Amino acid sequence: MSAIVINLSYLLASILFILGLKRLSHPRTAVQGNFLGAVGMLLAIVVTLADRAIVGYAEIVAGIVVGGAIGAMLAQRVQMTAMPQLVAMFNGVGGGASVLVAGAATTAAIATNQIPGADVLIATMVSGLIGAVTFWGSLIAWAKLEGRLSESAVTFSGQQAVNALLALAILALSIWGIIEPESSAYLWVVLLSSILGVLLTIPIGGADMPVVIALLNSYSGLAAAATGFVLGNSVLIIAGSLVGASGIILTQIMCKAMNRSLTNVLFGVAAAVEAGPSQDEVYAGKVKSASAEEVAMLFDDASRVVFVPGYGMAVSQAQYAVRDLYNLLTAKGIEVLFAIHPVAGRMPGHMNVLLAEANIPYDVLKEMDEINPTLEQTDVAIVLGANDVVNPMARDVPTCPIAGMPIIDVDKARTVVVIKRSLSPGFAGIPNPLFAGDKTLMLFADGKKAILDVIAAVKAG
Amino acid sequence: MESLIAALTIFVLAIFVGWEVITKVPPTLHTPLMSGSNAISGITLIGAMIAAGGEQSTATSILGFFAVVFGTINVVGGFLVTHRMLGMFRKRD
Repeated sequence: MSAIVINLSYLLASILFILGLKRLSHPRTAVQGNFLGAVGMLLAIVVTLADRAIVGYAEIVAGIVVGGAIGAMLAQRVQMTAMPQLVAMFNGVGGGASVLVAGAATTAAIATNQIPGADVLIATMVSGLIGAVTFWGSLIAWAKLEGRLSESAVTFSGQQAVNALLALAILALSIWGIIEPESSAYLWVVLLSSILGVLLTIPIGGADMPVVIALLNSYSGLAAAATGFVLGNSVLIIAGSLVGASGIILTQIMCKAMNRSLTNVLFGVAAAVEAGPSQDEVYAGKVKSASAEEVAMLFDDASRVVFVPGYGMAVSQAQYAVRDLYNLLTAKGIEVLFAIHPVAGRMPGHMNVLLAEANIPYDVLKEMDEINPTLEQTDVAIVLGANDVVNPMARDVPTCPIAGMPIIDVDKARTVVVIKRSLSPGFAGIPNPLFAGDKTLMLFADGKKAILDVIAAVKAG
Repeated sequence: MESLIAALTIFVLAIFVGWEVITKVPPTLHTPLMSGSNAISGITLIGAMIAAGGEQSTATSILGFFAVVFGTINVVGGFLVTHRMLGMFRKRD
């Protein structure tokens, strides 16, 4: 097949990627959008097989069979709660592929005495750097999410200095590799970048994982784009930069949702904070505990109920019980909505997937900015497994650690029910005055059991 | 140098396109967006195929083979899991 046909097919594949992403803008068209993307990919793969540069098919077919089987198995088996780990792993292998492809391209060029130009060599070094950081960074993120590594931030003194030295060394090695393409500089760049990838990810704590996953998503795209520069292949550049942009946008949204800057997240810098009130000062004598029956009675004259789910809901696997309660209340003529904070899950949009899996319709899942102005007209707000994202201190106390973080204003609802095992603090480690509010009832129990008890009480009453 | 500038032009314009398209994706679809876009970034697979099937040393064939495995995991897994997730999104009856 001529190069013209191949390149035109790559153009068509790029268009399909863009149209596919465009259709992801609505749940109704999203399935089709994903399909268009897959068709674009298939087209790119098929025409590449016809490329004159390819003389043997054994390795390609073997690689596709092995990789396809692993990918399909992972995709079919994964639990929705484990989606962040899976996406981290996919980001990682994408970055790893970039490292290998850039390495193979340079090795092949040198073996045939076609020394690549400086522009290609620069792109090779960048592929090696971003690809290796993505691969190892994703592996660490995966291990943290799986609980194989400590979730908390791992820091040591001089960490920043070590990272800076590594970055300088990578720069120096890259320059060496560009001046002397036949040297082993690329290997060293990949090796040091691997260490850098690990060091950049270990200081990031569990609560910041949504940011890291989004950022690594962006890196995996940029790595593909850099490999496109190495190969002079425009479909790699286009697809890679689309994904790079996507990851950056999501990273920004996540940072904004926590009112933290990206540098603040990446380097684990915590702002100096005044000691706030202790748990006792906030809670003593003011916390009202309620039974499932009392909570059920609240629904008797309610016309609008809002659930505020947090990751704790998914941990106790309460989403199916929540769906049953949703159906029960809706059947009684109550308007039931869900308020989703952007960092409610462990990756962007995670909570929506968890609720969708439990068959809760997507049009009752409302974004924070959409639900907040309506909470004053809400009869009952039910907080389930969320803590920091409903803490009014973020809004009212400018000196607290989460000051300025946008929250869901559940304290404005007529009655608030908080379902929680105990008064233990969330990731931020601070007490939550919501639990001691005049209009708040605490239902102390495991999330799933509490919802099941409320369902039983509603049915009995 | 000219080809570098051409590649750079494509790169920068594609980032703008990506920005415009992706800011329109609603938060409710952000997880499928990540897994789906991730599958698209698996396009490195075609570079991997050229490395694996090209006419050169054993070293590049081995690198190419593993690159094909990684790339295919990324592509197949990414599109499939996105399809699976999107199938769960339902409207109110």
